[in-house]
Amino acid sequence: MTAEAILGAYVFILAVFVGFEVISKVPSTLHTPLMSGANAIHGIIVVGAMLVVLAVPGPLGTILGFLAVVLGTANVVGGFVVTDRMLGMFQQRPRRPAAKPEVEK
Amino acid sequence: MDLQSWIPAVYLVAAVTFVLGLKGLSGPTTAVAGNRIAAAGMLLAVAFTFAAREFQEYGAAGIGLTLGGMAIGAVAGVACGRLVKMTAMPQMVALFNGAGGGSAALVSILEYMHKSAHEWASVLSTVLGLIIGAVSFSGSAIAFGKLQGIISPRAYKYPGQRIVTIGVFAAIVVLAVALVLSAAGTVTLDGATILWILLGLGLLFGVVLVMPIGGADMPVVISLLNAYTGLAVAMAGFVLNNHLLIVAGTLVGASGTILTRLMSKAMNRSLANVLFAGVGASAGATVAQKGDDTRSVREVSAEDTAILLGVRYAIHPVAGRMPGHMNVLLAEANVPYDKLKDMEEINDDFKNSDVALVIGANDVTNPAARTDKASPIYGMPILNVDQAKNVIVIKRSMRSGFAGIDNELYLDTKTGMLFGDAKAAVEKVITELKKAA
Repeated sequence: MTAEAILGAYVFILAVFVGFEVISKVPSTLHTPLMSGANAIHGIIVVGAMLVVLAVPGPLGTILGFLAVVLGTANVVGGFVVTDRMLGMFQQRPRRPAAKPEVEK
Repeated sequence: MDLQSWIPAVYLVAAVTFVLGLKGLSGPTTAVAGNRIAAAGMLLAVAFTFAAREFQEYGAAGIGLTLGGMAIGAVAGVACGRLVKMTAMPQMVALFNGAGGGSAALVSILEYMHKSAHEWASVLSTVLGLIIGAVSFSGSAIAFGKLQGIISPRAYKYPGQRIVTIGVFAAIVVLAVALVLSAAGTVTLDGATILWILLGLGLLFGVVLVMPIGGADMPVVISLLNAYTGLAVAMAGFVLNNHLLIVAGTLVGASGTILTRLMSKAMNRSLANVLFAGVGASAGATVAQKGDDTRSVREVSAEDTAILLGVRYAIHPVAGRMPGHMNVLLAEANVPYDKLKDMEEINDDFKNSDVALVIGANDVTNPAARTDKASPIYGMPILNVDQAKNVIVIKRSMRSGFAGIDNELYLDTKTGMLFGDAKAAVEKVITELKKAA
């Protein structure tokens, strides 16, 4: 293995530990938004898609590169939009609370 | 100033925002900020990638192609993300996840075709990125189809299914090992051809893996495929020698694995059981009992039910179509966040409650999970509604739930059964409540 591959392996293994630690205590309420947020984060593949978009000459290479960018962008944008929308549901809405107490009586 | 030389530092900042983002998403007060911080890091990373040497070599054509692709992807992402109904969220997550997996598979292939010399470690990452990405792509597509109702959500079983699954998997392993060996110089092969075959086999494997799994188990499958895509992205990061891709992909792979385990645990099943056994595999012996409706249950009317005060909402971890999905739906219906209670938080409080109103839940309220060692659901975490002074269950009929077993809660003398459609029944109760008030 090259020195580059070893360095990559270091980064990989340390990131595994961070990934386990960082979400170990999550209320089940937030599982779906968390999954959706994580889904958006792996959309970083769009950066990879940019780096190879025209790496292979010829029509096939171009089409595949273009497709990789389209799919990666859909992943990023859709992922963050959906997560934001889900989380928006949890936020306190200022217009309602006044009406709440009288329902209880 | 040379933007190019800033890229490694910007990628580092982006990697930190992803960690902070995931951490933020783990708490209710920080979740929105967490999501936005990660999105900002993403934007920064993508913007600086335009200055990367590899990207600039593609010239104006590369920029045009990228911006065009991004425009299409962004419009599709925003349109799907904004317009879809909240109840359809799980399949949207599957769809976007599949897109990421497909992208990772394509990036792996393109980088392989681009390189002239192949070192074995790099070929190994290419093969893994390609296969995992392809499985995630086709598996997510099937999961989307099942939840959206395009494909029958039933578990699709056929004779020899296990042999087909194992056969496809074995073929993938053999070809992958052969390709890695050829890079090490042991055997000589046409690498690109093998990659195409592997892509096809990976797509096929995603289909044969998810088709036999029933719609009720799809959340676990989507979570698993989400972790897969993360791993595929990390592998693409190895191929490109890009640490940002490695960090981001691995974070998702690791956190997704934990989330998947939490979900299958909440259903009291191992992940292997979800993947290979199908829903209700234990139903065979017990299902015969469910026809006899001569047992005495206490039926109540809407008027009797309308006496509720000081409401809190107890939510089982697997309520809705994904853990936490029910909370999202209730929040959308303007239920204040602090009234939504997790199972652990409220379970000891049922015995102090006057009435537990059970809506759309069966197996997760069955006291047999606590008391009857012979029950197939024994040990499953349940809501202890049977400890409340009165229990009212809204249900269409006496039919059994996913586990295919009877619920002794319904026969308890303090339990009243309010038969009917959940929405209609609750509306009737509300009408009576207003009359009384």
